[in-house]
Amino acid sequence: MTPEEIKNPCNIVAAKPRLLNDNTMHYCPGCSHGVVHKIIAEVVEEMGAEHITIAIAPVGCAVMAYNYIDVDWIEAAHGRAPAIATAVKRLNPSRLVFTYQGDGDLAAIGTAETIHAANRGENIAIIFINNGIYGMTGGQMAPTTLEGMVTSTTPYGRNVELNGYPLNITDLLARLPGTCYVTRQSVHTAPAVRKAKKAIREAFENSMKGMGTSVVEIVSTCVSGWKMTPEKANQWMEENMFDHYPLGDLKNINKL
Amino acid sequence: MDEEVTLMKGNEAIAHAAVRYGVDGYFGYPITPQSEILETLEELMPWKTTGMVVLQAESEIAAVNMVYGGAATGKACMTSSSSPGISLKQEGISYIAAGELPALIINCMRGGPGLGTIQPSQSDYFQATKGGGHGDYRLIVLAPASVQEMADFVGLGLDLAFKYRNPVMMLADGVVGQMMERVKLPAPRPRRTDEEIAAECPWAVTGKPASRKPNIMTTLELDPHGMEKHNIHLQEKYRSIEEHEARWEEYDTDDAEYLIVAFGCVARICQKAVEEAREAGIKVGLLRPITLWPYPSEAIRRISKRMKGILVVELNAGQMIEDVRLSLDEPRPVHHFGRMGGIVMDPDEVLVALKEKFQL
Amino acid sequence: MKEEIIIAGFGGQGVLSMGKILAYAGLMDNLEVTWMPAYGPEQRGGTANVTVILSDSPISSPVLNSYDTAVILNQQSMDKFESKVKPGGTLIYDPYSIHHVTTRTDINVVPVDAMEATFELQSAKSYNMVLLGALLKIRPLVSVDAVMRGLKKTLPERHHHLLPVNKQAIMRGLELPKV
Repeated sequence: MTPEEIKNPCNIVAAKPRLLNDNTMHYCPGCSHGVVHKIIAEVVEEMGAEHITIAIAPVGCAVMAYNYIDVDWIEAAHGRAPAIATAVKRLNPSRLVFTYQGDGDLAAIGTAETIHAANRGENIAIIFINNGIYGMTGGQMAPTTLEGMVTSTTPYGRNVELNGYPLNITDLLARLPGTCYVTRQSVHTAPAVRKAKKAIREAFENSMKGMGTSVVEIVSTCVSGWKMTPEKANQWMEENMFDHYPLGDLKNINKL
Repeated sequence: MDEEVTLMKGNEAIAHAAVRYGVDGYFGYPITPQSEILETLEELMPWKTTGMVVLQAESEIAAVNMVYGGAATGKACMTSSSSPGISLKQEGISYIAAGELPALIINCMRGGPGLGTIQPSQSDYFQATKGGGHGDYRLIVLAPASVQEMADFVGLGLDLAFKYRNPVMMLADGVVGQMMERVKLPAPRPRRTDEEIAAECPWAVTGKPASRKPNIMTTLELDPHGMEKHNIHLQEKYRSIEEHEARWEEYDTDDAEYLIVAFGCVARICQKAVEEAREAGIKVGLLRPITLWPYPSEAIRRISKRMKGILVVELNAGQMIEDVRLSLDEPRPVHHFGRMGGIVMDPDEVLVALKEKFQL
Repeated sequence: MKEEIIIAGFGGQGVLSMGKILAYAGLMDNLEVTWMPAYGPEQRGGTANVTVILSDSPISSPVLNSYDTAVILNQQSMDKFESKVKPGGTLIYDPYSIHHVTTRTDINVVPVDAMEATFELQSAKSYNMVLLGALLKIRPLVSVDAVMRGLKKTLPERHHHLLPVNKQAIMRGLELPKV
């Protein structure tokens, strides 16, 4: 096939969503963020919600998520995205409001904001990227870092006596009456991506229906922080992360 | 609902004024001596009348970030707290200033440092006027001296905040927060419609119509040249505010030989001291800065030329006195009299201090 | 006209609300008023005091250290404020809870048996209204009518049935001072 033939619309089998722009992503090759960005862009597009979407970016690797998905964004202070989303949604109830946060942002510095927004049942969706490490600042321990996992601040492995236990915050959020849908997904295989996309769609729809807080955790890899090839990272995630962070719905009031 | 004359606490007046001035969102957290603001708003239930959102947040940090979020969507948002809580809000205040968002922040000051006391103080002057949070930014700082001004400055503060796209702090204290006085509440003005917000705030993050590029509210700029450019822009805006927005009030300065400079409730106390001094034949006047930033330096410079000496009276160890000194271009004796830790001086103490410092 | 008043006693005696009703009555009579409490965590049992200023011209300082009139309801407050009444001023006190009375002779010292009168009325919550009546007999700063209009405006509608009881207490208070 010539390049012209490939570009012919009748031959296109997969395309980048329109809302995902042409800016070069700063994410490392093999990082899960790019995939999650793409499925968020697809969901917003498919819902026809571009004009009503207000997204809240975190501090962490996804701090510049606003450079890649063409919707209106607010960039939050570290950990405060759920507080910002709270006000945005309450003041603009017709809008689709979601936060996009990493494990340090959501489960360390922003624990209070996360738990209280969920406990109030704010009609927002929280997309939670959990790769068990601080990527942006160079591979330090996160609240979700597994026991024994080596990071730049746990060079001999996470020692629970020194550093406490990996925080499974999604389990906590599922127990709050304010959450309507809490699920844990991944994007390391094509079927997983399809399921994750479905979960994000459900979360966004819940937000619009005013059903309460939805949380979609995406168990992810960090090739740079974990110091692995993308393939090895996926394998390591399956073998280690999924034990502590098992995939599947933790709560879904739509299916009671 | 029309204008209404009534008797209420300064804190209550702020709450009533917020509803009447068409504020869209209030986000707060209880702390003495300002909890009546949140309490009164919850009692008024404005979400049933004007549609105003009122929310008790989980912390001061969350509250100020709610203001940041709400303001980013073009809504008129406010928060309030007292000194220790205002320290917690500094992160958000810096972001709001950096993002050039309009917002009103009220500090009903109490004595510090640390958890301090719940009694009145003015020891957050430096924090309010010189920064407080990180970075080169300025707040417009209004210092109310009466319950009437507590109400009026909600409207003035929001007008200035939107005019300059800059956070405004109302630097009140436990005296004006807790005292009751006659107050005329303004006739209600409606909250702005979404169409009005879209027209007035084209930068607002409201959801992107196909016709425009995304609106992005971010305070991150990794390119230092870009960041310097943003800083230069901010500084130009601050110069313009300095040029146009300094406010102050004078009492008995025309024939005065000595000048007292005081703000907020202390200016009221000093006014009585001036009355008493005048009865004793001492020619003293009072200048009350209404804006603490921008500071009425020009007025002080001009008036000070006629003065034999200046007494700066504050509920702190000497903070505003630095701005008084910086205002002078001819040497004048400048003294400070202050009480700290929640003790409020009475008018006689001011008079004694005036006589002592200038050997009158 | 300008009257600078301190009302001081225990928390729970209705000190702050007596001041508030007085201030509200001043507002009804088109006076300038300030009401400045010594605020704090004390609810019942601690000391409480409030400065009320009524004036026909704008009021400067809401904070004072001498007063035209003091209404003193416990011993601590007597000890604290007796010296702060201006010469020629008035000190009203309730002998029920005060044993050491000021010996000053340059002020008008008036005992008011408000607690006893309250017992007779069998309405403990009316204590501060009895005192207010007594104060208005000695210092007719505002009219009883203004007080009642102020009360009506400050009391929530559901408490309006208490207005007659309050008026009765004020009227009883008016009879108490032996002027």
